[in-house]
Amino acid sequence: MQVLFKTRYDQDIDHLTDRGERIRVGLAIMAALLAPLFVGAFYLTELSMFLVYILAGLGLMVLTGFTGQVSFGHSAFLGIGAYGNAVLMHQGLPFVLSLPLAALLAGLTGMAIGRAVSRMHGFYLAIATVAFAIIVETGIAAWTPVTGGHMGLQVPTMELFGFELTREWQQYYVILALVLFAILGIANLRRAPTGRAMIAVRDSETSARALGVDIGRTRILAFFISATLTGLAGGLLGHLLMYMSPETFGVNESLKLVLMVIVGGLGTITGAIFGAVFVSILPNIIHLLRGVLPQSIADAAGLEQLLFGGIIAAFLVLEPDGLFGRWRKFRMFLETYPYYKRATFVRQKRYLRTERFK
Amino acid sequence: MDFSDIAQLSIIGLSQGCAYALVAMGFVFIYRATEIVNFAHGELMMLGAFMVLTFAEIWGLNFWLAASAGILSLGLFGYLLDASIMRRMAGESQASIFILTVAIGLVMRSAAGMIWGWSPQSLHVPFGADVVIWGLAIGMDRLAIIAGTMLLCVLLYLFFNRTMTGLAIQAASQNQLAAYYNRIPVKRLISVVWAIAAMLAAFAGMMMAPTTQVDTGMSAFGLKALAGAVVGGFGSIPGALLGCLLIGVAEPFLDYLFPPLKGVYAYVIMLVVLFIRPDGLISQTYRKKV
Repeated sequence: MQVLFKTRYDQDIDHLTDRGERIRVGLAIMAALLAPLFVGAFYLTELSMFLVYILAGLGLMVLTGFTGQVSFGHSAFLGIGAYGNAVLMHQGLPFVLSLPLAALLAGLTGMAIGRAVSRMHGFYLAIATVAFAIIVETGIAAWTPVTGGHMGLQVPTMELFGFELTREWQQYYVILALVLFAILGIANLRRAPTGRAMIAVRDSETSARALGVDIGRTRILAFFISATLTGLAGGLLGHLLMYMSPETFGVNESLKLVLMVIVGGLGTITGAIFGAVFVSILPNIIHLLRGVLPQSIADAAGLEQLLFGGIIAAFLVLEPDGLFGRWRKFRMFLETYPYYKRATFVRQKRYLRTERFK
Repeated sequence: MDFSDIAQLSIIGLSQGCAYALVAMGFVFIYRATEIVNFAHGELMMLGAFMVLTFAEIWGLNFWLAASAGILSLGLFGYLLDASIMRRMAGESQASIFILTVAIGLVMRSAAGMIWGWSPQSLHVPFGADVVIWGLAIGMDRLAIIAGTMLLCVLLYLFFNRTMTGLAIQAASQNQLAAYYNRIPVKRLISVVWAIAAMLAAFAGMMMAPTTQVDTGMSAFGLKALAGAVVGGFGSIPGALLGCLLIGVAEPFLDYLFPPLKGVYAYVIMLVVLFIRPDGLISQTYRKKV
């Protein structure tokens, strides 16, 4: 078993505590940086898509994973970001301005929703966000003069300071830079008082309040950060899709994001990345499954949805810590080899945890 | 818009609201008993409609026989759903429980689509004709929903207040531990609550079938019913009835006045109410002071 020997106080707040982790993360970043040298244009676009999903997943992770607020409406922020960015660019704003503005717009909308529901318990938020997502989708479709309605909207190409980024690798690097920046930012947030306050609110509202955390403010802030990140992802997604219609940002997209954070592992940054990996390879898994299953089931429409729902449910019931939790258990098993105990990871259950106090 | 339009829309809204209320009561029963918000309730309703459809149209049974068989089968389904899946989740965080119900709903919806197909199918009911009252043509099915809802409300009231089982369920809802100490089989009763809620949803699904057709899109109905329950203040039955009727009646008028946002007004109303009164119209929650 590996024992961490601390020699400096700074080590307490290190992002990556042990050497193995540092090497793995370094390798992953290296691989991401060098990817354009080795893969073709098609896979590079796929990779960019994957990065965008990491960004959106991180957004939801801040909200659901850190603060414990469930949102089924993140597709709306994705949509606001994407449409905001495209519409602003059509108005003649440069990409460097339009993207942050669109993300900010998404963030402020999120803040308004967060304000409306911050005083209430969890499921009001969930239902309010579903409703919000449906309203935004309908609204985008109804506001034809600006958004093009169901006809869809062409997204202008990305440009940086007058220089058009038409090649895949150029877009890839822009997205990669933003994603790495966001990951670092979230990692910092998590070890700073704000992030800790969020986690405290998630674990127990009552005790968080006893420790002087302003619950309403923390929740609204979490909502703002989350919606901003997702809006940013939406803006980038628009550039990758090049052409979008309101249906792109339906409630199914939100479910995909929820699937990501649950399967990846709630409450961790690595979880968002694992989740994005999973969602990216899911179509391939479905394709393989179609070959195995009997013809009548494989050809039926809705198989994907069925698997989506089934996978979320299976993870929640059987492995609530997600893939990241699995990985942690596996590592623990190797490190402590003959002494691994299941009981180490048994989750504490709180029965009759009531939210209506009488 | 003259008087007959207004009367017509009000009747439509009232019947719609009653159907919402039936579904919403199911939500509230489950919530009061287990603190689980069942997002899959609309799917239970859809499944109920499909079961009745199967018995009545495909097997060719008599309508009333098919209706009771469909509703009972949903009751069984609700019971098993709780006994096999939801019960395991007791003590987990609320967030994961309602994500689970959403996932279950997704599975149910896509499974139903794969079994019965995605296109709408019609269910023939014996009360499909129109009646004319004071010069207004009103669908019998609309009136049947209103009458059925009122009847069920009375029956449920009697069940929960006059029978041993109903009182035991109330006790279990108020305090599971104390109820358990008094020899009340809490686990089984919670499954019974799920069964009752599922049967209510199935009844609503069957009653709505003539107006909406039976298809997987019916599950959106559950979300609107949930919106109604939230407007009323979740966890109170009069509140849920009030909220659902409010949403049901307001919806057709708003659709009529500004059609582009047709179909989303229930959510708009809910968001507005939540913005003004975060706990709904009849508040049920009290904040614990630190």
